[in-house]
Amino acid sequence: MWEKLRDDFYQNFIVDDRWKYITDGLQNTLKITFFAVLIGILLGFLVAVIRSTYENTHKLKVLNWICGVYLTIIRGTPVVVQLMIMYFVIFSFHDPGQVFTAVVAFGINSGAYVAEIFRSGISSIEKGQFEAGRSLGFNYAQTMWFIIMPQAFKNVVPTLANEFIVLLKETSVAGYIGLQDLTKGGDIIKSRTYSAFMPLIAVAVIYLVMVMMFSQLVRALERRLQRSEH
Amino acid sequence: MKKNKIAIAVALCMAAVLTACGGAPKTETTKAAGAETTKAGTETTAAGAETTKAGAESSAAGGKLVMVTNAEFPPYEYHENNDIVGIDADIAKAIADKMGMELEIQDMAFDSLIPAVQSGKADFTAAGMTVNEDRKKNVDFTDTYAQAAQVIIVKEGSEIKAPADLDGKKIGVQTGTTGDIYAGDIKDANIQRFNKGMEAVMALTQGKVDAVVIDREPAKVFVKENTGLKILDEAFTEEEYAIALKKGNTELLNKMNAAIKELKDSGELQKIVDKYITAK
Repeated sequence: MWEKLRDDFYQNFIVDDRWKYITDGLQNTLKITFFAVLIGILLGFLVAVIRSTYENTHKLKVLNWICGVYLTIIRGTPVVVQLMIMYFVIFSFHDPGQVFTAVVAFGINSGAYVAEIFRSGISSIEKGQFEAGRSLGFNYAQTMWFIIMPQAFKNVVPTLANEFIVLLKETSVAGYIGLQDLTKGGDIIKSRTYSAFMPLIAVAVIYLVMVMMFSQLVRALERRLQRSEH
Repeated sequence: MKKNKIAIAVALCMAAVLTACGGAPKTETTKAAGAETTKAGTETTAAGAETTKAGAESSAAGGKLVMVTNAEFPPYEYHENNDIVGIDADIAKAIADKMGMELEIQDMAFDSLIPAVQSGKADFTAAGMTVNEDRKKNVDFTDTYAQAAQVIIVKEGSEIKAPADLDGKKIGVQTGTTGDIYAGDIKDANIQRFNKGMEAVMALTQGKVDAVVIDREPAKVFVKENTGLKILDEAFTEEEYAIALKKGNTELLNKMNAAIKELKDSGELQKIVDKYITAK
């Protein structure tokens, strides 16, 4: 039993330096996730502000309409299809590199979900807070930035963290555009050694560890944010 | 929100799988049954008896042979009118007919084929699979049934004129194929692995890779369907295709080998190959 496992491990990771497929893939997965999260937060924040502003003041009608279309399309189609459209259709005449393509595709995708998370956070703050800000002489933008946003952010941290966990795991479809991410790294080993167990379990464990570490960070952040409540 | 999206994706996949698998076996079932009735009575009962034995041994239940393939590999296997057709599919059908069993074909990613056979999810895989030493350690191969080669597709006017010119180039391959494995030996090559041969070829037409290494017959189809591409005269490697079975399933292996031999001797096998390759 142990001998078999040891042999399997040896064949799947040691022979021909196959572990490098996993580590190279992991690097790409982390790169894609990190930059996609940044784009997602930026885009999501912008869209949420535009949508909430329209809801509150009925200004920015055109921008609000564009955001609506963006949300509908992105949330209405699977991310793997969006990724392939980005690679094979939008970037069909120019190759900016697969990692870049994936960052853009996942970032735009994540932005749509983050936008709705932020918007729900903003609407979770009572109107009185807003009115208080305005009556203290803050203008709309200042009220948003100094009064609404800090409270809204605290409310959405758990959902936001959830979105990023989902994003990290969703990058596993990056192999569809020939990009070697963590999952694809495992697939390549599987295609060399014809054993499914070791590469798949290794890949799963690495995702799990990453998510657990991230969850710990988020918990620490939540504790830190709670301190201001007392 | 996210869950919904995933649920939709899953539902679409399920629908695709159901249509792919639901359509194909029906026609095959009728064909296999038809073949059985034309056989002599004694032979049919013999086949039936053997079938139950094989069924107990493998995942096949009720005299059904489950074949897995990656049906994105014309002309060996591809989807046509809701059926999986092609040289491998037809040969597998002919073998199943000879054995008096029903054939069910399932479509999956190429690199999942051997694990599917090993784990008993399928009885065999016929997927333009080249016999090589690594694979032999994990599965048993039948006698070979087709000659093949890995060729190089490039854009017309490309500076790549021979396999030796591939050093340091961006090369598109299909994950887990022999083209992928052998491309690893090319010096300083940047290998981009796609799930489907078609996607590697698309990347080539869009200038994202410099060359694609893939099996000769699918390469011909891809080149025909895309203008501005050509196959280099000098092949990358020469090789032979065979059907792969779970290791140690000697009974089924012997039966399939016998059926392949019959098909070869009667010229039926060549007829199937000609039907797809010369017609193209």
